[in-house]
Amino acid sequence: MIDTSHADDDVLLDRLQRAAFGYFVEAVNPANGLVADTSRENSPASIAVIGFALAVYPVAVERGWMARAAAVERILLTLRFFRDSDQSGSPEATGTRGFYYHFLDIHTGARVWRSELSLIDTALLIAGALTAGMYFNAQTADEIELRELVDALYRRMDWHWAQDGGTTISHGWKPECGFLHYDWEGYSEAILLYVLALGSPTFPIEGDGYHTWTATYQWENLYGHDFLYAGPLFVHQFSHAWIDFRGIQDRFMREKRCDYFDNSRRAVLVQREYARRNPLGFAGYGENSWGLTACDGPSHAVPELSNERRPLFGYAARGVPYGPDDGTLAGWAPLASLPFAPELALGAVRNMARLYPEMLSEGRYASSFNPTLAGTGGRAWVSAGHFGLDQGIVTMMIENYRSQLIWRLMRDCPYIVAGLRRAGFRGGWL
Amino acid sequence: MQQSKVPSANLLEDAHERQWLDNVHPSDWRNPVPAATYNLAVIGAGTAGLVAAHAAAALGAKVALIERSRLGGDCLNVGCVPSKAILRTSRLYAEMRNAEGYGAQVPAEIRVDFPAVMQRMRGIRARISLADSARRLSAAGVDVFFGEASFTGADVLTVDGAKLRFKKALIATGARPDTPSIPGLAEAGYLTNENVFDLTALPRRLLVIGGGPLGCELAQAFGRFGAQTIIAQNNPTFLPREERDAAQILSDAFARDGIDVRLNTTAVNVRVEDGQKLVDLVSAGYESTVAVDAILTGTGRIPIVTGLNLEAAGVDYDATTGIRVDDFLRTSNPRIYAAGDACLEHKFTHTADESARIVVQNALFLGRRRLSALTVPWCTYTDPEIAHVGLYVWEARERDIPVKTFTIPMHDVDRAIADGEEAGFVKIHVKERTDRILGATIVARHAGEMINEITLAMVAGIGLRTLARVIHAYPTQAEAIKKAADAYSRTRLTPAIRSLLRRWLAW
Repeated sequence: MIDTSHADDDVLLDRLQRAAFGYFVEAVNPANGLVADTSRENSPASIAVIGFALAVYPVAVERGWMARAAAVERILLTLRFFRDSDQSGSPEATGTRGFYYHFLDIHTGARVWRSELSLIDTALLIAGALTAGMYFNAQTADEIELRELVDALYRRMDWHWAQDGGTTISHGWKPECGFLHYDWEGYSEAILLYVLALGSPTFPIEGDGYHTWTATYQWENLYGHDFLYAGPLFVHQFSHAWIDFRGIQDRFMREKRCDYFDNSRRAVLVQREYARRNPLGFAGYGENSWGLTACDGPSHAVPELSNERRPLFGYAARGVPYGPDDGTLAGWAPLASLPFAPELALGAVRNMARLYPEMLSEGRYASSFNPTLAGTGGRAWVSAGHFGLDQGIVTMMIENYRSQLIWRLMRDCPYIVAGLRRAGFRGGWL
Repeated sequence: MQQSKVPSANLLEDAHERQWLDNVHPSDWRNPVPAATYNLAVIGAGTAGLVAAHAAAALGAKVALIERSRLGGDCLNVGCVPSKAILRTSRLYAEMRNAEGYGAQVPAEIRVDFPAVMQRMRGIRARISLADSARRLSAAGVDVFFGEASFTGADVLTVDGAKLRFKKALIATGARPDTPSIPGLAEAGYLTNENVFDLTALPRRLLVIGGGPLGCELAQAFGRFGAQTIIAQNNPTFLPREERDAAQILSDAFARDGIDVRLNTTAVNVRVEDGQKLVDLVSAGYESTVAVDAILTGTGRIPIVTGLNLEAAGVDYDATTGIRVDDFLRTSNPRIYAAGDACLEHKFTHTADESARIVVQNALFLGRRRLSALTVPWCTYTDPEIAHVGLYVWEARERDIPVKTFTIPMHDVDRAIADGEEAGFVKIHVKERTDRILGATIVARHAGEMINEITLAMVAGIGLRTLARVIHAYPTQAEAIKKAADAYSRTRLTPAIRSLLRRWLAW
């Protein structure tokens, strides 16, 4: 049990970060480096979660939670798996054209759940690999191999193919039906995707896809704050876990005299305002209790909630101010906004943990909790187990707040720098 | 042929139905003897044709109006009017079930009387049809002809063997449902807007194919009447033209109504087994089959351009986009104009109406009014309603216009809270660092009423600064617009101005 009320900030953050990192130690298949999507029984591996794992091993080494050699060994195992994986694109393969299916059998690496070849999740995977490649820079045989593997995996990704003959990048592809016929619309976590796609020295996207995508942005004045609108909080966090957006601007942000970092702070203010207003009257919402984002949630599919009359959305990208909102908050979401608004995030972290300690088990955040659906003893409904994505973003964002390690590593990554420049970013550290 | 044009025998016994038919196509009607030449011959007596005929006749023109079926067109007979009538009843049922949310008791038994719903609809339709009845048109000086019109030259057409010469003509033939070509659909039978209002019994299970305005409106209505309703949409969102947030709110509303929403889903095959329709659906590689009692298609509309012998009149057309017109609504034959669904991209009653007025001015009075100058609002009458006018953000950005949106969620509007109608928002898009309104989207219970204020402001060139000075009656839901204007005013308080104000107030 973590004491969140009395520990000072540094101690609190260290405990929460270490507990979050612990997920990756526990959920990894030591035989191939694949990491489970969740801690639930029979969970498959998720390539996005593996990306977060690759990004947080350097954090663990830096913090002394993992020996450098052990981390390198684990990463090599993972990268070799992907190098040698079945890239035929068949329904049971691991991927094709350098991309991978979203969910893989954690033992064999074969596609499961008929999942899509996911562009954004492969982007998160490769961003994690690049992070590891930047950190492990020693001239040892293992670390040289590690960097070569990262480079090879990135270079074989055919981003041009992922445009499917258009200008923007597709969401995904399936062997059963080809490219999924919908594109990214509005501000989303796809900045990282586009930066990686533009930075490729081998198969970069062609045309002005980034501009076409950002043309769907909406700059809104909401609750008195001007910001680039996206409802779920994770949109304002995921790309930012890797890229230091402070002071750098693309064309859109130059026009708005803002940057994506500052925008994420404003997103926190909007979340607070929504939670304070609490238009749907859910229990537990307040200006120090917020966090509507993509997370697990209660569902009518489980027997104990089958008679619940309110709409329940299960796993969904919850957002403000238009929902979906079923009273479910992600306790970890404020922590993932720590670098943007430290005082507000910590205020929420402490308050929510004090009121709903049941959302933390082993010091680690559950995917979500819902105080409106309080059970016996008045304890909030809590999502079972832990989700890898949540633990990854928490570990990274606490680190960026504490030492800016990930940001510093990626500022030196030539592919990220090239991608940002090709997307039109200028200024600041760039 | 799947779509019945003739009401069934039991419907004909209905007094409303008889009154309606007597207004829109009297059984004893005899076409008049044609005049030597008409100033304006109008083909099609839907909204555009009726507006043009009334307007031209009122100004003294000699007008012929030719209709092959019923006066009033889709809007009156099989469109806006009947659909809004049943939507109102469906909303009432939804409110009954949600009575507790209003501090009222849920009725002990909520039994949907579908025949009564449809009878009310027919009564409303009959009443509204009176305004444009054949006899009233005739009394207004319009020569009304029932029959198929066919051009025989650049300035002449025939109706039932009678030759009508004209100085100018207007093609206002409207549009018809564009039925998806799904194997087995025609054999299984299906509903469109043209026959759904003839239903006398509620289908127990309904599949709606298409998430456009008609599909969304009727899916919600039939769901609220108690039909187990599935809506399959071959796109990631409903109403693909509209903002993502609007579509999201609509999806949530459908979920509350118990509608089974299938996005990114295509119907690929239909077959009939044991009296039920089995429809195969495919979504991102996943296949499933649903069993329903009725299928409603709402996948768009295509212009009616065949059977008119347009070649004889030298009028260019395209089977998909309709009659080709210039910005003055003139066809390739300078004597002949087009209006309404037969030629317009925006197939709405109000655009049909306005385009007809443009034609009357341009064709008969040397007018130079342009279609492109119109500011056209539209609304989908789901609950909540989704209304839009002007540019979307992406359209503005595509034109390199920097755009900023002032957003007021309806949960910030006192009247919406009091009414229990908080789902939705007002979004007003302005050119960045100005108050010039580029467009707006409103999602609200009464968005269709509210959008008119924005349209007025845009047409009159009124910006948000002025709207902020307009007193709005309190409490009203339209106050959301005032709040958006106030939000704009607050952004004008820059740090420098705030500092000046502080100094000024330091006395």
